[in-house]
This record gives sequence, structure tokens and C-alpha cells, in this order.
Amino acid sequence: MTAIPSYERKLRRSGWWMAAALVLVAGVYVRALAFTPEEATQGLAQKIFYVHAPSAWVAFLAFGVVGVCSLVYLFVKDPRLDLLAASSAEVGTVFTTVVLVTGPIWGKVIWGTWWSWDARLTLTLFLWFIYLAYLVLRTAVEEPGRRARYSAVLGILGALLVPFIHVSVYLFRTLHPMPVVLRPGKPELPGTMLVTTLVSFVVFTCFYFALLARRYAWARLVDARAQSEGEHADAS
Amino acid sequence: MAASASGAAPALEVAGLSKRFGHVRALRAVDFELEAGESLAVFGPNGAGKTTLLRVLAGLLKPDDGTVRFGGELLVRGNAEHRRRVGLISHHSLLYDGLTAAENLVFYARLYSVPGPRAAAARALVGVGLEERAADAVGTFSRGMIQRLAIARALLHDPEVMLLDEPFSGLDQAAAATLRQLLGRLRAERRTMVLVTHNIDEGLELATHVAIQVSGRFVSLGPREGDLAAYRTRYAAATARHD
Amino acid sequence: MIRLLAQAWAIAAKDLLLEFRSRTAFLSALVFTALVLAIFNFARDPTAVSAVDLAPGILWITFSFAGMLGLNRAFGLERENHALDGLLLSPASRTALYVGKTLANLVFVGAVEAIALPLFALFFDVPLWPVLGPLVLVIALATLGFVAVGTLMSSMAVNTRFAELMLPVLLLPFLVTPVIGAVQATARIFAHRPFGELASWLKLLAAYDITFVVLCTLIFEFTLEE
Repeated sequence: MTAIPSYERKLRRSGWWMAAALVLVAGVYVRALAFTPEEATQGLAQKIFYVHAPSAWVAFLAFGVVGVCSLVYLFVKDPRLDLLAASSAEVGTVFTTVVLVTGPIWGKVIWGTWWSWDARLTLTLFLWFIYLAYLVLRTAVEEPGRRARYSAVLGILGALLVPFIHVSVYLFRTLHPMPVVLRPGKPELPGTMLVTTLVSFVVFTCFYFALLARRYAWARLVDARAQSEGEHADAS
Repeated sequence: MAASASGAAPALEVAGLSKRFGHVRALRAVDFELEAGESLAVFGPNGAGKTTLLRVLAGLLKPDDGTVRFGGELLVRGNAEHRRRVGLISHHSLLYDGLTAAENLVFYARLYSVPGPRAAAARALVGVGLEERAADAVGTFSRGMIQRLAIARALLHDPEVMLLDEPFSGLDQAAAATLRQLLGRLRAERRTMVLVTHNIDEGLELATHVAIQVSGRFVSLGPREGDLAAYRTRYAAATARHD
Repeated sequence: MIRLLAQAWAIAAKDLLLEFRSRTAFLSALVFTALVLAIFNFARDPTAVSAVDLAPGILWITFSFAGMLGLNRAFGLERENHALDGLLLSPASRTALYVGKTLANLVFVGAVEAIALPLFALFFDVPLWPVLGPLVLVIALATLGFVAVGTLMSSMAVNTRFAELMLPVLLLPFLVTPVIGAVQATARIFAHRPFGELASWLKLLAAYDITFVVLCTLIFEFTLEE
């Protein structure tokens, strides 16, 4: 059994990565707000895109991580994979919430309605529900082994569900064109805007990994503490 | 436990069995061997890991460490053939109250692929003296009758190893006497048995070997020597030491 | 393979025998379905929206909720007297257990749907007879996907503290595809559209069914092993 201090060291180290990632995030927003031109039709509101789009990317990336960790866990049964999946689920839920908050704000400013069942936002909404189901399931199962197995099953099923929901919603939408046809998101992006977009994607990905590492380090520490308590109790 | 005279593998051999649930170690390096027809009584307080031991032997739980062999063959997780060789009698009946005695047994016979399930079920009912109640729903049975039916269920597939988890709990004098009779018959049929209980008064006379389990470990293991009083003292001493 | 099917059939038959004996679950599901259909009548303004426009949605929401009520029964049956241990002790494979439970659930949910359908036709004045063939096909495809995933989810939900709440939380995201596909197909069936227009929705339902029936069958044993 590794001593607790090594987990505490890892947690502290992950704090430095977090600080670095936050600096990068701040940097990209300075660039987005001060050094990137305003978009012609939407004006200042379009800047939300630099939060909204990369958050959406991370939200789905995080669930991909959940899915892969879940799959490998069922074969290998290493509890660390379960902790990693759970950490990614928590971080992913936060980013998904950001998408679901920035989306309607942007929509209200641009289209005048908060929610329009836009295909991508709808998919993100259901991704959010799947994340919540995953987190709620974890709180509802006490025994760690069973909790890990159940989470892994849901993680794999959820990951496979996402493409089906995407196709279903897309088919639904193309047959029911919504009143608002304008879809902000992928107009041709001139030079600087494209660069800012790409940079924001990279920065958010780094931010995700930093958050994941920190959350995971914390989860390992908590787990190690609980384990050592259990062993002291046993030794009597 | 003397090695078998013919040099054949023991009927049941357990080595280094360990199992933990989260941070609780339910089994710690349990070892023992039994020849065919021998029976081990495991006594221990609640939480000692006795039920966990039986569930691993039954193939319901996967151990973290250690091996279990039946007649020399290694128990492999998920191996249906292994489960065919084991029967379990628990203080839960594992029966369906809404079905009749006969329907319960026919169902289990089908699950175990016993040839001629209806006939096998009828024979099993006669064996435990319940043929009169074959068509009655199990929900109407007394505790003692349920236990007898559970034994019939456990024997349907003619297992070589019988596992018993607190089989006497909740039984009155008459039912307990019937159960003892039935278990005596199992011994005479040279089935290997492992019985666990927290009540040292039950099951001692059926055992050829006795173990005391505390906090997941066998703190005492050996052939049965001495009488009930002697074991009561040893048991009290063992459990007091680990309080 | 034969043995697996025989064991699955024994398990399904046992479940259906128990249900038939007690009838409580089945009757409750029927009453629930009838009530939901009746209440939907008040959930719309008959002068503003015609019944036919809302009918597919009403049908499938009703089927979904009634189906979810029925799903928790399957593993709930095994809780009394720890009967599930009896199943796990036997040589029956975990896959046989899943197939058996799913079969029993399909029969149960199918029976509720079969009785609810004429009631639906009555309440919402929808002529079913001319379109019965395609309608039954859509119902069968959607129900299969929904029951396959629901049986798996209920095997987990039944071990949590608030099983009746946990199952919908786990299962409802998985109903998006079957419900969208079924409602769209049903709407076109009621509007007597040519079969070609149904094709993409039927393909969606079929693809979902194949993917999740296979996946759930393979993954089920992981919800049981310790």
C-alpha cells in the first residue's frame, strides 16, 4: 500500500497544472475579446461562441473518456479506471452545463428565444441527462465494486447511445424545420477568428485534462485514506 | 485431515482464499481440505465471513486470491459445470411463494438440466416427506416445511458438495430434528458438507471437522475432538480474544 | 445454444406463471394505461388540436410509462426469499437469465399494449383496422428496443434504494430514439402515407434494436457478478 503522502504530493502537483491551464484560459479570452474582430451580423454576442463551442467539444470528449474507461474497466477491473471515469463524468457534467447555459443566452440575444430545440443543443441536453443518470447511479450504490460495475455498464451504453440520439434528433429536425433557420456556428471564419477558435479548442482541452487530473488525484487520495482506515480497523 | 489412502485428490480443497469488499476484508487466507463424506462445521460470530466463504464455494462470489478445487479440478469463475456439483441450503429458501412445491422443483430441475424434471421433482418431494403438499403454494408452508423443500431443491441435481448457511435458524424443535435426520442421511450418502453457523449447539454432532472463524480468518481448524462443552469454551475464548 | 434457450424459456415461463397467478401487476398496469389515456383527453383543447395530430405522441408516451411500470417487476420477483441466488447458483448462464427475463417482459408489455391499443382507438377515434399491419410492426420494433435496455437497467435499479425512481432516470434517455422513431412512423401510418416514407424511421428503429439487444445481452453478466 502506497503511503498517503504520495497521493497528497500528486494532488499538489496537479494544482500547478490547473494554475497553468487557467492562465491559458485567461489568455485566450483576452485574445478573443481584445484582439479578435467582432462578427458582422451578431456583434459582441458572437464572442460567446469562444466559450460555447470548445465547452461542447470537451463535454463530448469527457464522455468519450468515460466510455473508454468503462469498457476497459469491465475487462481489467482496476478500480483506478473507475475513479478516472467518475472524475471525467463530473468534469464533463460541468462543461455540459456551461454549453446549456451559454447556448440559450446566445440564442436569446441572436434569435430572441431562449430555447429552440436546435439539433445540437438538444443532443447536448440529452448528454447532460446521461451524465446526471451516471452520477445519480453512483450515489445510489454503496458497495464500491458494484458501483464500479454498474457505472461501467451505464458508461458504455451511454457512449453508444449518443450517436443514436444525434441521428434521431437530426432526422427529426430535417423533417420539421424550425421557424428560425439561421444557425450561428459555422459560417466561414476569417483568419483571426479561426485562429482564436482553434486556440480556444486547444486551451479548453488542456483545461479539461488539468481539471480531470486534479479531480482524479483527489479521488485517489480519498480512496487511499478510506482504505487505510479500513485496514487499521481490521488489524485489531 | 489425513491424505486419502488411495492418493486421490480431496473432494474439496481450499487454499489461501481471500475476499474483500471495498475496505472490509471478509476472508483472509482460508485453507482447508475435506475428503468425500467428511463435513466441516464452521462456527463464528456474525460478520466473521462465514457466509462469504460459502458464497465463494458456491461460485456466487469471485475470490480476490486463492483457489478452490473439487476433486482436484480447479473452480473457474463462470464455469457452469462447477455449479452443477454444488448445492446450497441457506436460511433463505430461494423458493417462489407463488408457485406450488412441485412447480418450484420442476423449475429448478429444468435449470439444472436434470433429465425427466417432473419425475425427479416427484421423487425429491417423496424424499423429504412432502408428497402430500406437492400441489400447494409454497406461501402456505410452515418454516419447517419450507426448509425441507429447500433441501429437496438443493438435492435435485445430486451435488457432491453441500453447503449449508445457518440451516437451523428459525426452526422449532420438531423441524430441527427432521433437518438433523435429513443431514445425517446426506452424510451416509458420502456427500461432502460445509456447514456454517453462529450457534455452536447446532451442527456439531454432524461434523467430522470443526473450524472457528473470526474476522475472516480460521483461528482454529481440526478434526472434531471432545464434546460440546469443550467446544463452547474454545469458541468463547476465541471470540473474546478478538473483541 | 439449445441449452441456453431451454433455460431462458424455463425462466420466462416461470415468470409468466407467477404473473398469471397473481395478476396484480398486470391489472395495475392495465388500469394505469387506461387512466393515462383518459387523462390525456383533458390535456388538450379539442377545438384547437385534432385528436389525430396528437394521437401518436399520446400513444407512445402512454406505452413508455406503462412499460416502465412493468419492467421493475422482472427482478423484483427474485427478491423474495433471495430467489435470485437460486438462479445464480444454477448452471444457467447469466445470458440465459437475461434472455428469459427479457422474453417475459416482452410478453407482459406486449399484452398491456395489445389491450391498450383498442382503448386508444376508442378514446381518440383513430381507425386502426386498415393500418394494423404496419402499426403492429412499428410497435414491435420500438417495444423490443425499449424492453431490451429496460430489462438491463432494471437489473441494476432493483438493487438501489429508490428503484421506482432510479429506473426512469436510467432508462428515459434511452427512449429518445425508440420514441422519436415510433411517433414519426405512427404519425405517417395514421395519415395513410405510402410505406416508403416509413422506411427511414423503421431503419432507425431496427438499427437501434440490433445494437442494443446485442450490447445488452453481452454486457448483462457484468451487472450480476460479484
